[in-house]
Amino acid sequence: MSERTIQLEVLRYRPEQDKEPVFQTYTVPCDPDWVVLDALNYVKDEIDRTLSFRWSCHMFVCGSCGYKIDGEPKLGCKAFLRDYGDKIRVEPLDNFPIERDLVVVIDDFVEKLQSVKPYIIPKEEKPVSAGEYMQTPAQLKAFKQYSMCINCLLCYSACPQYGLTDQEFIGPAALALAHRYNMDSRDVGRKAREHVVAAHEGVWECSFVGACSVVCPKDVDPAGAIQQAKFTSAVDYITSLVGIGGK
Amino acid sequence: MHVINADIVIVGAGGAGLRAAIAVAEADPTLSIALLSKVYPMRSHTCAAEGGAAGVVKSNDTLDYHFNDTVSGGDWLTDQDAVELFVNEITKELIQMEHWGCPWSREGTGHVAVRPFGGMKIMRTWYAADKTGFHMLHTLFQTSLKYPSIKRFDEYYTTDLLVDEGTCHGCTAIEMRTGEMRQFRGKAVIICSGGAGKIFPFTTNGAIKTGDGMAMAYRAGVPLKDMEFVQYHPTGLPGSGILLTEGCRGEGGYMLNKDNYRYLQDYDLGPATPKPVLKSMELGPRDRLSQAFWQEQKKGRTVQTKWGDVVWLDMRHLGEKLIDERLPLVRDLSRSYVNADPVTDLVPVRPVVHYMMGGIHTDINGATPITGLYAAGECACVSINGANRLGSNSLGELLVFGARAARHAVEHVKTARPPSEGMIDAQAGDAEGRIKNLFKLTQGKQRVATLKKEMNLSLEEGCGIYRDEKSLQETCAVVEGVRERYKDIALEDKSSVYNTDLYQVLELGAMIECAQSLVESAIARRESRGAHQRLDYEARDDVNYLKHSMAYYNSNGKPRIDYLDVVITKSPPAERVYGAAAGGQKA
Repeated sequence: MSERTIQLEVLRYRPEQDKEPVFQTYTVPCDPDWVVLDALNYVKDEIDRTLSFRWSCHMFVCGSCGYKIDGEPKLGCKAFLRDYGDKIRVEPLDNFPIERDLVVVIDDFVEKLQSVKPYIIPKEEKPVSAGEYMQTPAQLKAFKQYSMCINCLLCYSACPQYGLTDQEFIGPAALALAHRYNMDSRDVGRKAREHVVAAHEGVWECSFVGACSVVCPKDVDPAGAIQQAKFTSAVDYITSLVGIGGK
Repeated sequence: MHVINADIVIVGAGGAGLRAAIAVAEADPTLSIALLSKVYPMRSHTCAAEGGAAGVVKSNDTLDYHFNDTVSGGDWLTDQDAVELFVNEITKELIQMEHWGCPWSREGTGHVAVRPFGGMKIMRTWYAADKTGFHMLHTLFQTSLKYPSIKRFDEYYTTDLLVDEGTCHGCTAIEMRTGEMRQFRGKAVIICSGGAGKIFPFTTNGAIKTGDGMAMAYRAGVPLKDMEFVQYHPTGLPGSGILLTEGCRGEGGYMLNKDNYRYLQDYDLGPATPKPVLKSMELGPRDRLSQAFWQEQKKGRTVQTKWGDVVWLDMRHLGEKLIDERLPLVRDLSRSYVNADPVTDLVPVRPVVHYMMGGIHTDINGATPITGLYAAGECACVSINGANRLGSNSLGELLVFGARAARHAVEHVKTARPPSEGMIDAQAGDAEGRIKNLFKLTQGKQRVATLKKEMNLSLEEGCGIYRDEKSLQETCAVVEGVRERYKDIALEDKSSVYNTDLYQVLELGAMIECAQSLVESAIARRESRGAHQRLDYEARDDVNYLKHSMAYYNSNGKPRIDYLDVVITKSPPAERVYGAAAGGQKA
């Protein structure tokens, strides 16, 4: 353990005692191998048992430990202390109500995820005995990137539109997931998802700032997915106007 | 106390819990399902599984091959009726996952691709790059949203089972957002709460893997089976314990010691061929590879680093294209955590606690000895894994036995009798009382982190890759001491909202029970088999120990250890053979 220490400024909010969130500063050792999550765990284990935050896998895949770190939405397990200064500010993600300390209420996101029908809607039910669907590597590639989302919600925290519309916008991760299923060769559910995806609160609400794709720790590129979906949605609209939409 | 009624209550919403919930919904849409988890489903640790899931699908493979690999891989402690059923059902489950949208990696033809895995004679591991568990978990979670009968209770911490006269009628759980205790009444309960790797200090397991469900069933009287069998995965990143998938070796990676020598050839796993050969060298089983590390360390042939001793995982010859296509997470993790790019650098690795072969005793239908109580996934011990699980059998296990437990629970519900209300209410009241007492205690002298650390280090020290009577007795004494001091922990956080101080205290309580059952079972087993290697009893002893350890809870002291015969159907115990003698084909 190095002798160097850093100041961890953590936004605290305990609804039973705090009228509003306040920063609390902890001095923690700065191990060059540590990520911000390790520093938070040091606080929890050695300094303050009352600090609450979510975490689990510590390997960028469970999506639990999304926080705002020095103003940017990051995974706590992917933000290395060595990349920050002597003072690091850790806050809960923006655009979600704070439940307690770094824990935010994500009910709205969970509802939106469900609203885009994120599951295969097949042309017809195929029994397991009929074997697998054929899917070429190229067909897999068409949607694979959009299936990588870990639901960490960094993109919702970064999305200006989700904040401005007071959570009306369906948002980056849910729209990317809808696009993931729409692009899957085994799925014919685009029409069933359209009333959500192509609604005002759907892709058209996006102002294409692209912040979602910048902060995504998994390179899902939700902004790209939304742009592609806008294009298909526009084509759908035009074909319906000229009456050649045979689908 | 608020009561929530459901036909079937499922505790845990990872791979096994979600598969079980979907199986209930499909078997009978009129049944109501309460799916409880202390985390949101997508946070469950299934997401961290990387390599894949084994299922016979190619024309050069047979169910017998998969059976034989699994039984010998488990050093004949597997129940062969369970393995037969497993190899027969798993491929259907994997195809079902395919229909639900799981993005399996594909061959050029469009068929599902398979990769080689340790201890498997034929390539049969289905994979989705190196994020197979993640994709399976999200596919199951997203698919579960189709079924209106599945009602989720996310971030509910389950504390106790409600059992009346040998029959389970539900459980109590704390809603973490409010701290309110709820009573879940169900005609059947299925525990799918995962393993307990966090009892060790150095593990691939996430923070949530604290054995809560194992301990809950154990306290209710269900024996924990074969707890002494703990899997060390040979390739964890030093320092963090982050998993690098067996796929690294399946794709052709080498294990090198400090002299850049492929040392596995010295441990009956050779010869060392440039291309991987199935069941040989780096494609040997996990127990053998982890033991070889320990031996190399004793010989002074490991590499000393700031994180302790390591060996090298060499993937440089695989090339950037293959690594990016099949092992992208491995590359990302290695670069971030140990500053080594597999494309150009040797990656330091060492064995790390990964998986509990043991768990809640169930039969092949996932049923425990308590009527109406089922278990599936890592928390359960069916047992298809015996003394050593083969890589890529655990993702299969959670599907096959998650679904199976669910279907049997559905049958049970049809004839289940209602409980004695007063008895169940009283039990729920007791459970709530115990939590309230934790809040009242103010003079506690013990700290969670200190006790956990002491227990963790002692398990690694005395109950690791190799053990003996002395080391085990020392660990036993430490665990007993920790168990006693645990009674003197006071909560420092008195809040009712998302109080992680409280949940860590409860989790530590569960971990202590798991650890004690593990150590006592290990002391009692005076032989070496699979992952249980005793320096003082080096040979396998089929005369006395071809049987499962059964640890029974004792609230006042050490568990009682009993035994249950292993089910042998068609494969009499024999020597495990790897390397040249195994006759494995080129991968």
